[in-house]
Amino acid sequence: MTNLLRHYLFWPVAALVALLVANTVARPSFLAITIRDGHLFGAPIDILRTTAPLLLVALGMTLVIATRGIDLSVGAVVAVSGAVALSHLASSPNPESPVTVLTAVGLALALCLVLGVWNGFLVSALGIQPIIATLILMTAGRGVAMLITGGMITTVNSAPFKVLGSGFWLGLPVAAVLAFGVFAVVAFVVRRTALGMLLEATGINPAASRLSGVRSKTLTWTVYAASGLFAGLAGLLISADTMAADANNAGLFIELDAILAVVIGGTALSGGKFNLSGTLVGALVIATLERTVTVLGISPLVTPLFMALVVIAVTLLQSPRMRERLTAATRRPVATTPPEPQPAARPDSTEVKTR
Amino acid sequence: MARTTLTRTVLAAVAATSLFTLGACASDAGNEPAGGGETTAADDGVITLGFSQVGAESGWRAANTKSIQDTLTAENGFDLKFSDAQQKQENQIQAIRTYITQGVDVIAFSPVVETGWDAVLQEAKAAGIPVILTDRAVDSDDETLYESFIGSDFVKEGTTAGEWVVENFDGDGLKVVELQGTTGSAPAIDRKEGFEAAIDGSDVEIIDSQTGNFTRAEGKTVMEGFLNKHDDIDLVFAHNDDMGLGAIEAIEAAGMEPGKDIQIVTIDAVKDGMQALADGKINYIVECNPLLGPDLAKIAQAVVAGEEVEKRIVVKDEAFDQAAAKEALPTREY
Repeated sequence: MTNLLRHYLFWPVAALVALLVANTVARPSFLAITIRDGHLFGAPIDILRTTAPLLLVALGMTLVIATRGIDLSVGAVVAVSGAVALSHLASSPNPESPVTVLTAVGLALALCLVLGVWNGFLVSALGIQPIIATLILMTAGRGVAMLITGGMITTVNSAPFKVLGSGFWLGLPVAAVLAFGVFAVVAFVVRRTALGMLLEATGINPAASRLSGVRSKTLTWTVYAASGLFAGLAGLLISADTMAADANNAGLFIELDAILAVVIGGTALSGGKFNLSGTLVGALVIATLERTVTVLGISPLVTPLFMALVVIAVTLLQSPRMRERLTAATRRPVATTPPEPQPAARPDSTEVKTR
Repeated sequence: MARTTLTRTVLAAVAATSLFTLGACASDAGNEPAGGGETTAADDGVITLGFSQVGAESGWRAANTKSIQDTLTAENGFDLKFSDAQQKQENQIQAIRTYITQGVDVIAFSPVVETGWDAVLQEAKAAGIPVILTDRAVDSDDETLYESFIGSDFVKEGTTAGEWVVENFDGDGLKVVELQGTTGSAPAIDRKEGFEAAIDGSDVEIIDSQTGNFTRAEGKTVMEGFLNKHDDIDLVFAHNDDMGLGAIEAIEAAGMEPGKDIQIVTIDAVKDGMQALADGKINYIVECNPLLGPDLAKIAQAVVAGEEVEKRIVVKDEAFDQAAAKEALPTREY
């Protein structure tokens, strides 16, 4: 039981279950999934679809955080990606043609990859603090998106592009299939090869890992590029969702949500050990939380407060020190027991700081 | 080691500064005057007007911006300094302060929210620069802080929408969900108030109300939530077209037909909204005229000439049902 309680995924999953229960109490048919127009329909499906962009951004963020970095520019990259894709579609004579849509998607992803490489260059080649390096693009990126859209909200009709946001594949939302697919591939590559361990080594001690033959700089560069690329894909999903590129609001604060998802998932911001499965649960918690606000009918005035309280609760319950206190409080007072030492280097555990 | 750290810090600072400036240029394009001289209307007949726009959150706002930029041109005797606040009050206050320092002839702006303007407007007053409000009002006890407020009557827009609903559906026990605008903004507060006043006494009932922040994306997510929560929604009242368009997406995804299974009533009448109305996906739109440029030009000229102007100028709004939209669509300017 204590082992289960201590598992890094316990509290995030508990939070997710609690939210789902709260929703089901408020609305008994909340978890019901029906088939409408040949695809699955219901709140859980909506949650999967709205999780998709956040999951992609949080996936990149987890890798960046694992190398002891942070990427604040993802929200701006989301805006740039949508702006590029929709501007290309809007300016083309035939936005309905699949070739045009593929070009638009390709252009947007290529530019976002370049932006990610730029972040990687600042951090890894110039050695600028990640928070400063990505802050540059966070601010400038929205300006770039504004330039591309000319300060207007670009809207366009294109059935093939719309599929990315609202389409269904085998009854499941295309956006969710894409995001979860990318997630699965990355998780496989990172955990089934040495890549994950090398990333962790870079995060724990870049100098030592370099001296032991890990190509830390290249790895750092790669994770920022990946983060840019994933944010670009997220931007496509977001803009396809409403078929509008909004340079000001698309992906606004998604960097904070993504960091939150990573933290809820039990990855420490100090780098090193990281949990992709935790990030997945974290992203689901945030998307469910947003839906809960509407289902419970919480007034818009107290929504931020409500969300903050849930997040504080989850992070507090997760903190090892807080948990120690809790267990100490519930246990019968025994004569001066020294605080239980943390188990040593359990794989996939964040409680251990190997430094 | 210390040296490398120093070099890095300097490098970071340089990179950050240069890009921040770049970002600022990009988002405030056209903000700075070409010459940058301190000219007043008296010496050259050109009125320098500083305008702080809310942002580019909706199609309505884009049409509003275009109207102002197209009217306040050099040919018409204006030097327009335009800035976009990206929906943040602090950006607007900063823009207004900049205009005061630059010594423009007139300041005009659309306040993002209703409150919190007294201090900066006092500064403008102390500097002797007249202020004109467009589109949205401020909530202040001191009416001398601005010369005139040009804009639609938001309460009346809400009432018109509510009256149409009551006229068509009273007696059906209609269940309405409301997509509110940005919390605390004048149109959100007033449209809600007007709509509620109009349906008062009928059996039309608002069963849920949430903010969609005037954007399509949030309109869609909130509407999805409403659809998860209620089975019996008959009508959506959205405070602007964009949220209504987002709601259409959510309703379609739920396998229902917007405009038939769930009726939609919105406010604004921008092009995309009118198109949806003509296509039968929206049922009724109350117009909120964004073409404030000509009125603003007229009032600014009068204020600079020292004439008395009316404190409140109400822009004429129309309302459209589906038939009227089909007729009006080809000739609409926005």
